[in-house]
Amino acid sequence: MPPSDAAVLVHANPAFSLRRVGAMVLRYWYLLRGSWPRFLELAYWPTMQMILWGYINQFMATSSAWVAQGAGVLVSAVLLWDVLFRGQLGVSVSFLEEMWSRNLGHLFVSPLRPSEWVAALFGMSLIRTVIGVVPAALLAIPLFGYSLFDLGLPLAGFFANLIVFGWSLGLVIVALILRYGMGAEGLAWIVVFMLAPVSAVYYPVGVLPGWLQWVALSLPSAHVFEGMRAILFDGTMRWDHLAWAVGLNALFMGLCSAAFLYSFHQARVRGALLQTGE
Amino acid sequence: MDQCAKQHAIRAENLTKRYGTARSGEVTAVDGISFTVAAGSVTGLLGGNGAGKTTTISMLLGLLLPTSGTVEVLGVDMVRHRHAALPRMNFSSPYVELPHRLTVRENLTVYGHLYGLKGVTRRVEELAEHLELTRFLERPSGGLSAGQKTRVALAKALLNRPELLLLDEPTASLDPDTADWIRTYLERYRMESGATILLASHNMLEVERLCDDVLVMRQGRIVDHGSPAGLLARYGRTSLEDVFLDIARDRANGEDARREAADAAE
Repeated sequence: MPPSDAAVLVHANPAFSLRRVGAMVLRYWYLLRGSWPRFLELAYWPTMQMILWGYINQFMATSSAWVAQGAGVLVSAVLLWDVLFRGQLGVSVSFLEEMWSRNLGHLFVSPLRPSEWVAALFGMSLIRTVIGVVPAALLAIPLFGYSLFDLGLPLAGFFANLIVFGWSLGLVIVALILRYGMGAEGLAWIVVFMLAPVSAVYYPVGVLPGWLQWVALSLPSAHVFEGMRAILFDGTMRWDHLAWAVGLNALFMGLCSAAFLYSFHQARVRGALLQTGE
Repeated sequence: MDQCAKQHAIRAENLTKRYGTARSGEVTAVDGISFTVAAGSVTGLLGGNGAGKTTTISMLLGLLLPTSGTVEVLGVDMVRHRHAALPRMNFSSPYVELPHRLTVRENLTVYGHLYGLKGVTRRVEELAEHLELTRFLERPSGGLSAGQKTRVALAKALLNRPELLLLDEPTASLDPDTADWIRTYLERYRMESGATILLASHNMLEVERLCDDVLVMRQGRIVDHGSPAGLLARYGRTSLEDVFLDIARDRANGEDARREAADAAE
């Protein structure tokens, strides 16, 4: 077939192609659907966490006035925390799949652009998070008589802010692995836990020492959990916390995207895209 | 596209790649090479291990940024605008495998969409038939033999009917029958499509059979080039393997070799 026919065969080559994003989501979906242990792993941990914290919540509701005032506060906290964790892990693990299969060389000699790849990583992270967290949230209703969905519309804001923060963290981890290779792989599983104490997941920010409160309030996650408690304890929507979360997320996403792009560029300088792996 | 781009599928000028820093120690993998590859030709890139072939191919693909120099592929500056050329070219290497856990069909489908093909399913099945892969389409790519994997990699490389095909050792570790099959397929593809092929190879018989032109690299430099017949005549050899050894062992222009032969005759 003469090369001129290729032009007929191929679609246009836009600067950002949803089709290429979809192709990459399809690639990760094929991987996921082909392995039931991967599916099980997604739902297993959030469900176990929910059950554990559900019983703690039940116990504390009878022995702690604070917990008793906010129905399901600990269950809500653990489920929303998992949105952040799964959001970050969804980006990092999909990226690691490419490293494990040494596929980056093929991907980046195709027309795929880094921005499209990142969009696919985000898309897959959303799918993985929904698969992991929604069944656990539904299971909490018959088990503990508490529905996370009772948070109403603000739940969408909390979810969006936490998953976007998870994506930012995921991008930094991708950048670090591109820079330091598979030796940095372990970061994918531990980085988010460094933020757990200062995200004030299970207690108010006010519990922290003064200087650490400033650290906490510089993270979108702490504002989300403060906002969640305001609804559960006082029945009020704290728009100020939501606004802070959105603003900080924009800042973190900008910084983390810059770190990713710099690291990707450096990978092209060092030839790391062809020589990925250990 | 200017006249030069029409004549040359690839044009490299003073292309240099250094790794490391002055403090940690610099390694010059490619040292100021300049060459062109004529559109529609099959060009072989020869050289021993560490000669700079893979580094050169990586720069042609835009995967690796040169330290200095320029590289144009299909008339496109690969450092700044590689996305304009990537849909029109493709690449295959036995050292860069497709994801093992995806089936052959899934892998080819994903890449078909990445290349923006219309009628991906039809194209995948058409290529599978041409490359005798139909019965392996639903098998995980990781479970295939070396020869089958090579054919799958070639199918991926041909998905977009590339105008330029870069092949890194396309028949490495294949048995002679499978290797011959691949070479025949490449010859037919080139004849039918008019595509340009640049292939790095250690197999001199393959280069003699497929290539119109040969670039020979040693220590990051192009030390000779020409048609296989021209190189044989210039070095006074009967096989490219001997020419390769002359160059690899720095026996310039075959003088040492001829001297050795004369000494042996005496």
